Amino acid sequence: MSQQMAGAKGSSKMTGAKMVVQALKDQGVEVVFGYPGGAVLPIYDELFQQNEIRHILVRHEQGAVHMAEGYARSTGKPGVVLVTSGPGATNAVTGMTDALLDSIPLVVLSGQVPTFLIGTDGFQEADTVGITRPCSKNNWLVKDPAKLSETIHQAFHVATSGRPGPVLVDIPKDVQFAESDYTPPQKARVSHYQPKVKGDIEAITALVEMLEQAERPILYTGGGVINSGPAAGQLLCELADAADIPVTSTLMGLGAYPASGKNWLGMLGMHGLYEANMAMHDCDLMINIGARFDDRITGRVNAFSPNSRKAHIDIDPSSVNKVIRVDLPIIGDVGHVLEDLLRIWKSRGRKTNKEGLAKWWKQINEWRAVNCLAYKPSADIIKPQYALQRLEELTRGMDRYVTTEVGQHQMWAAQFLHFDGPNRWMTSGGLGTMGYGLPASIGVQVAHPEALVINVAGEASWLMNMQEMGTAMQFRAPVKQFILNNERLGMVRQWQQLLHGERYSQSWSESLPDFVKLAEAFGCKGIRVDHPDQLDDAIKEMLAYDGPVIFDCLVEKHENCLPMIPSGNAHNDMLLPSDEIRAIQGAGAALV
Amino acid sequence: MSPLQIQQGSSKHSAYDLRDPYTEVLERHTLAVIVDNEPGVLARVIGLFAGRGYNIESLTVAETDHQGHLSRITIVTTGTPQVIEQIKAQLGRIVPVHEVHDLTVEGDAVERELALLKVKGKGEARIEALRLAEIFRANVVDSTLESFVFEMTGAPTKIDAFAELMRPLGLCEIARTGVAALSRGTAAC
Repeated sequence: MSQQMAGAKGSSKMTGAKMVVQALKDQGVEVVFGYPGGAVLPIYDELFQQNEIRHILVRHEQGAVHMAEGYARSTGKPGVVLVTSGPGATNAVTGMTDALLDSIPLVVLSGQVPTFLIGTDGFQEADTVGITRPCSKNNWLVKDPAKLSETIHQAFHVATSGRPGPVLVDIPKDVQFAESDYTPPQKARVSHYQPKVKGDIEAITALVEMLEQAERPILYTGGGVINSGPAAGQLLCELADAADIPVTSTLMGLGAYPASGKNWLGMLGMHGLYEANMAMHDCDLMINIGARFDDRITGRVNAFSPNSRKAHIDIDPSSVNKVIRVDLPIIGDVGHVLEDLLRIWKSRGRKTNKEGLAKWWKQINEWRAVNCLAYKPSADIIKPQYALQRLEELTRGMDRYVTTEVGQHQMWAAQFLHFDGPNRWMTSGGLGTMGYGLPASIGVQVAHPEALVINVAGEASWLMNMQEMGTAMQFRAPVKQFILNNERLGMVRQWQQLLHGERYSQSWSESLPDFVKLAEAFGCKGIRVDHPDQLDDAIKEMLAYDGPVIFDCLVEKHENCLPMIPSGNAHNDMLLPSDEIRAIQGAGAALV
Repeated sequence: MSPLQIQQGSSKHSAYDLRDPYTEVLERHTLAVIVDNEPGVLARVIGLFAGRGYNIESLTVAETDHQGHLSRITIVTTGTPQVIEQIKAQLGRIVPVHEVHDLTVEGDAVERELALLKVKGKGEARIEALRLAEIFRANVVDSTLESFVFEMTGAPTKIDAFAELMRPLGLCEIARTGVAALSRGTAAC
């Protein structure tokens, strides 16, 4: 009765813990990935007494953050993580750094020892805001219960505005118990943080002029197109197809322009396609859309696309001129800028340099004919490329999401799997976090329960977070773990072969588990396949099984991932499958 | 040439050392950064400089707007033009940072620093120190029979010059505040 009275008067006093849950509900959060502990027990108590927010109990906090990343990348919504103080928070650091480098919106809530214990080296105390400062977009330690709900709303605003990224709110236990007034999202001050989304019209017009005259233009797209939302991808397709410009993409941007589209050149960069890298090197107009000239993309900086004029569309001013000097920076959201660009280009009569483009496409088709992804097939050993080609063939047209771990298999997946839409491809690009793929696949499956979710993995990466199979079982996430097992740390082995005189220091996996028995131990299905003739049936069996599957695909142990631009080389100096493998020497040997 | 046979160039040590080899001219810039006065902001700014390998020559910070809850950080930094541009862009994207002003680029600026200098000495040296202090308009804020503490305010170069003159006269300790700077004229941050 008294509660009803309070409600009638419009008072909204509640405990800090209740405010946390209320704020999450008001932000539209459906799922939280987390792990309880002493300093977050009041929040877990509130979660227990409601049914709107689902909690996914992970097996390690790193897994929680990667799951939230998978959830965020596949939905475009922020992922939410709840961890306890001390080790709970420090275990979240790798995932937060991963999200920072790949610009993934995450809100991490961590418990903290009570305010009166802060600074006393209390049990499970760590300086969480200090530790996570360099790996978050922003973070807050909330000592005043009156500011808690507003801070959480601000956290969501910062995580999702501008260039997205992870944020952390550290909540001492006494603040979770204390009572105060709840601030709803509409009344929260979202600070002065309002990044500019509209691009400068004069600059966009200048870009249209360059586009109209360019003989050899190329669109170099990145994760910014996907972060900008589905509309940005559609505008990109419209521009590329209407102006007939070739499109290449970074690892992060795959799917924004469909792989089945006629102007698609494939991924660029260190293990990118020959035609994509050659076109980047020889173009006369490069339009960078939401990418950041990462060192995996540029190769040797002073030999990077030497004869082109470069435009760069990015929402983050610090991306511009960081690595490569550009002639025309446009600061703004990709979707907004592309919309203006298309409008201006159309209003000026949809002009292009038809003669130049015809020659350009002729040249590109010659590069395509090199067939840079060719590999030597085998009748008795499964080539990793072949395994991925069969996976692609047998899952074509399905409602499919793919995550990966990090290494050779990741690059092969990027080369051989095709994505026709955004948010279908989740991989750790910037940080290169082994152990990302399995938890990320669970996060994707939680967001899309009916879809087919496959984690393309190497056995070494996969073992780094394999405990999360328990999470997949508990929450009935039928993720398919497609492990290309070469019993090697494949990419390390490849570099040791090419750079370190074939001295294979610590790059093989001994004492691997029996993955089929491991699957049985977790209560899911295990499939092993070691012959090309059995591969199709095995994949079909995996797809047909209604539950998680660990698919142990024994592949060629010494296959190299090609093409490859060795570090320190220019884009037009690639190792191709047809080349005799030569050792990399000189300056390149010191690069990463 | 290092033992690794690494050639000097645009990426002389690693792929992350990407400074333009052609403009190695270091410039000195004074930046005024207006930030929310909240815990951790200074750590965030300093962490940015440490984490990305930028130089800090001098840094001062204090609350300047109590009601607006704002502080002003004045940073003197050196770097190539490209690095200076990066520093400004990186500062600008820190969430609690409101404004970044490059006083060196935006026009003439007044720069002042306060210093306290302790000079020990007897006889002629002591008299000479006092005479020079008068010329430099330094005030005596503490005195014993064998020492002075001088207070002086001025451009950093003036303080450098004074300290250099005091060295042979018994300078034994110096404390400096770092630079505070404002743009000249009517323009305001």
